Amino acid sequence: MDIDFRALVVIMMSAALVNNYVLRQFLGVCPFLGVSKDLKSSVGMGFAVMFVMLLAASVTWPIQVFLLDTNDLRFMQTVVFILVIATLVQLVEVILKKYSPSLFESLGVYLPLMTTNCAVLAVTISNINNGYTYIEAVVSALGAGLGFFLAMVIFTGVREHTASADPPEAFKGIPLILITAAILSLAFFGFEGVIENLFGQ
Amino acid sequence: MTKLNILTRGIIKENPVFMLLLGLCPVLAVTTQAENAIGMGLATTFVLLGSNIVISILRKIIPNRVRIPCYIVLIASFTVLAKMIIEAYAYPIYQSLGIFLPLIAANCIIFARAEIFANKNGSINSILDALGFGAGFTLALLAIASIREIFGNGSWFGVEIPWLTNNSAMIFTLAPGGFIVLACLLAVVNKISKDNERRKNIDCKTCPNACICGRT
Repeated sequence: MDIDFRALVVIMMSAALVNNYVLRQFLGVCPFLGVSKDLKSSVGMGFAVMFVMLLAASVTWPIQVFLLDTNDLRFMQTVVFILVIATLVQLVEVILKKYSPSLFESLGVYLPLMTTNCAVLAVTISNINNGYTYIEAVVSALGAGLGFFLAMVIFTGVREHTASADPPEAFKGIPLILITAAILSLAFFGFEGVIENLFGQ
Repeated sequence: MTKLNILTRGIIKENPVFMLLLGLCPVLAVTTQAENAIGMGLATTFVLLGSNIVISILRKIIPNRVRIPCYIVLIASFTVLAKMIIEAYAYPIYQSLGIFLPLIAANCIIFARAEIFANKNGSINSILDALGFGAGFTLALLAIASIREIFGNGSWFGVEIPWLTNNSAMIFTLAPGGFIVLACLLAVVNKISKDNERRKNIDCKTCPNACICGRT
C-alpha cells in the first residue's frame, strides 16, 4: 500500500488550520469557552481532546467499515459512535488512574467532559462522510486535535489579557469573551488559501 | 412549582442559550439561515421530548449507577429517529444541517434536562419541561439566525428584503459573525436582566451539567 504523504499533510493542515474545529466549524465551543481560564487547564483540556479524538477515530473507523457497512447498519452510526466514545473515555480514565496517576491528575478531570463534546463525535462522523482511508482518518483526527489545542492555547493567552480590560458594564464576562473569540476566528481566516498556495491544488 | 412555571421557565428564566449558555455549538453553527434554525430547534425539541418522556417513565427502573450510559443510548436513539424523519420529509434542511443533526446526540441541554429534571419528576411535568426548554432553544436560535440572515444575506426565511439584499455584510454569515451576534445579544440580555453568575463567569463551576461530569 503506497501512502500519499502530500495528501496526508493537506488533510492534517486543513483540519488544524483552515477548517479549525472550534473557530471555523463551531465544534467544541462549550469547553473552549469554559476551560480557557488559565494556561494549565487549557493545555490539559487540549491534550485530552487530542488524545480522545485520535483514539476515537482509530477505533470507530474499523467499526464503521467492517461492522456497520457490511451488515447494512449505517443508520446505527450515531448510537454506536457515541457509545464507543463514552466507553473509551471510561476505559482511558480507569487505565490512567491505575498506571499513571500523575497524568490522570492533569488530564483526568477533563475526560468525563468528552462524551458531550461534539468535536470528538464530529471528527469520527466526518471521517466517514469524507470517505477517508484508515490512515487519512487518523491523520485528520490528529489535525483536528492539534487545531483544537492551538485554538485553546492562543485563546487562553488572549483571554488572560482581557481580564484587565474595562469594557462597558453589559459586555463584562461572556460577551467580551465571545468578541475575543470572534476576532481570533477572523484571524484564522488568514489561513484561507494557504494550502492551495503551498501544495498547488 | 406550578405547571405553567415549568413550561415557561425554559423559555425565559432559564433559557438554555441566553441564561445557561449550554449547547452553543449548534447555536452558532446552524444559525446562518432562519429556516435552518427552526429545523434544528424542532429536531432538538423532538429529541428532548422523547428522551424526557422515556427517562421520566423509566426513572425508577434505571439503576442510578448506570443512568448516564442509559441517557446516552436513549438520546442517541431519538437523534437517529429525528435524523431519519428529517431526511425523509425535509431533505434540503437535512443537507444544510449536515453533521450537526447527528451531533444532537452530544447536545448538553438534553443531558442536563434528563439528569436535572426528568430523572426526578413525573412524565406530565417532564413533557412540559421539554416543551419549554425546546421552545426556548428554538426561539434563541431563531433570534440569532434572523439577525444573521437579515444582515448577512439580506433576506429572512429566504424572502429577499429590498434594500438589504444589495447591501448585506457577509461577515454575519461567516464564523466571526456568529460569535459577534451572540456576544451582542448576550450584552443586551445582561443589560435588561438581573445579574447571572454563569454569564459573568463561564466555567465548570457554573455549568449546570457539572453533576453529569462528576465535577461537583
